[in-house]
Formats: sequence, C-alpha cells, structure tokens
Amino acid sequence: MILERVQAVLAKELSLNAGDISLESNFEDLGIDSLDLVELIMQLEDEFDIAIDEAEKLKTVNDVVEYISSKVSE
Amino acid sequence: MARIIGTGSFMPRSVISNIEMEKYVETNDEWIRTRTGISQRHISMEDENTGDLGYGAALEALKDAGISPMDLDYIIVATTTPHSFVPTTSCYIQGKLGAMNAACLDINAACSGFIYGLELAESLLDKKDKQYILVIGAEVLSKIVDYNDRSTCVLFGDGAGAAVLKKGEGIKGIVTGADGTKGAYLNTGDFKVRNLLTGSNESDNMLTMEGKEVYKFAVQILPQAIRSSLLKSEMNVEDLDHIIPHQANIRIIEAAAKRLGIPMDKFFVNIQNTGNTSSASIAIALDEMNKKGLLKNGDKISMVGFGGGLTYGALTMVWNK
Repeated sequence: MILERVQAVLAKELSLNAGDISLESNFEDLGIDSLDLVELIMQLEDEFDIAIDEAEKLKTVNDVVEYISSKVSE
Repeated sequence: MARIIGTGSFMPRSVISNIEMEKYVETNDEWIRTRTGISQRHISMEDENTGDLGYGAALEALKDAGISPMDLDYIIVATTTPHSFVPTTSCYIQGKLGAMNAACLDINAACSGFIYGLELAESLLDKKDKQYILVIGAEVLSKIVDYNDRSTCVLFGDGAGAAVLKKGEGIKGIVTGADGTKGAYLNTGDFKVRNLLTGSNESDNMLTMEGKEVYKFAVQILPQAIRSSLLKSEMNVEDLDHIIPHQANIRIIEAAAKRLGIPMDKFFVNIQNTGNTSSASIAIALDEMNKKGLLKNGDKISMVGFGGGLTYGALTMVWNK
C-alpha cells in the first residue's frame, strides 16, 4: 500500500510516529522546511524507484501518494 | 606517497554575525542558523585580498612544519576568487614569502579545490627532485557574492588555510571527479566576450545558486566519494577517527552522516564560525583540528569536498606529522 510506505519513509526521516501522519498532513504543519523536503523526495525516489519532478507541487501527504500512484501504475 | 607536516590558517579580522547581517539583508539569525548552521562569517577589508589571506596561512603552515620558504619546491593555490588573473595568487604569495625555489600554480576546482590540490601535490612529490610542497586554499568570496540575494549572501565567508606536504606515508586513497552537466547550478555567469569586434558587453559575474539541486548533489556525493576513497585506501568507514567535510551547510553533513551510518560526532564542524569558505574550508578545518590537539599520529581521517563545477573530491589519510 502506497500510503503506508510513504508514512514509513516520512516517519523515519522526520522521527515522527507513522500514526501522526495522515493523508491530509501538510508538510509545512509537520515542520518540514525546503531542505527537509529535498531529502524526503530523494528518499521517496529511492523507496519507489521513480524520479519525482515537480516536487514543488507536493504540499500534502495526499499529493505525494497520488503522484506516486500515477507514476507506479504507468 | 605524501604526508602533511604542517598546517596553517588565516581569517580576515572583521567578523559579521547573523544579527549584523540583518542590518544589510532581509534575513534573520534563527533562519540562518537552523537552515545552515552558520552563526557568523569573516569578511575581508581591502588589505585582506586573496593573496594576503593565503600568505598569512602559508606563514603559519611553514612555522608548524618547521621549514623555511626557501625549502619549498612548489606552491599550489586553490581558489575561485584569485588575487588577480596575472600574476597568479601563488606567485603573489611566493614573492611575499621569498620562496624563490618554488614553482607556482593556481588551480580552480571550487569547493573541491583543496582536495584537488592535495592530489596534485602528492603526484608531484613522486618526482625525485621535489621535497616540500605548499597547498593553500584561499578565498575572498565576498568579491563575487551578491549581497542583494538573501538566499546566497548569508552563506559565504572569506578565509585561507594551508598545508605543507612532504614525501612519506600518510595520504592513501584520493578520488576526484566532476559533473559538468550540472555546472549551471552554481555559477557566476560567463566572462562575456567583449572586444573591439563585439563592442562593449556587460559582464555581471556574481554567484548564483540553485540551492536544492546543489543540496541534492552534495548529499549523494559526500557519502559516495568517501566510500570510493576508503575502497582505494583499503579501509572501512568504521576505521575512521575523523571526517572533515567541506563546510557548506550543516544539513548536508547531517544528511550524509545518516546515509553513511556514522554518528555526527565523527564529523568536524566549524561552519558556525566561518560560513562557507569554498576552497579554504577543509584546509581551515584541518588547521583548527591540528592546533586544538584533536589529531594524533595514527588517526585515520577522511576529507571530502564538493561544490561548484559541480566537482567533488575525497581523500583518506593516516595522520603522520
């Protein structure tokens, strides 16, 4: 399940509980700054073996899950 | 086969804290510290140009090495911001030192410059006729920083570091490389062709940076370069006593430490006091460690640089002073 894998990456990267990360979670509210986001995107690229362009458009966990779903099903 | 027998550094006298920067630029201390780890930087006055800083560092290194200027066979200055195009910064320093037996060369590999310089010096020391080589990393980045660009101007500082190398056991595996396809991510713009044929052509050669792309490159290359250097040195990451990274941004070092699986306390960090001094950064850090007595003979050290070009370089050595 994509959401669970995304939650796991985020939890590890940000030292949070996966339970605190929901689809609606907004990166800014989670305290992620632009450099954290770059690092996060890199981890997600490794996890799903895809390239993520347009990272600036990803503002919430839901954005990330939708983006990855579209790439992975191609 | 080369070893470092002396180190030195020299910083401009003016120290500008983040709070002081707030007077010149729309920024704040908290943002700078949390984003980068920088609290202050040194900025040159007119009498502290690149060659002057390099000269100061050279004097210290020669004293630490216990040799005189006339003993030097070669002076290599790694710099992105030379004293002048001609004479080279190394010639300027040679003249001031009175190191009349030394050949002089400036090199530019941006923030990887000191590592590139050490690799060059090590190869030169394989020649029978060379005994002592001085490698200097010197920068007055304030000459190319755009103080109207708050995303970059808070990052950089001025300073110089130097090391004297001699034949002997010490430096093991060195790796150097580049990815020129990413050059635009950290650039000062072209020196435009302007002459009697083309007419006048304004050249604005201030530093610009795509921070996120450079960060991405750095976070990947830092652990990769160290691993390559360790492989060449037939050593493991667990063997290392110290890692001296280029002081660009503490977040890069933290991300790389995570990837390498090494605790942060193995990494020497002094960026809070110096800012990013490009070619000088590793040399200044090495001198600080040496003068503070943090290094003992037998210590295994990796150094890694990365930056404009984009370039990278890493070396592993056993301290043998």
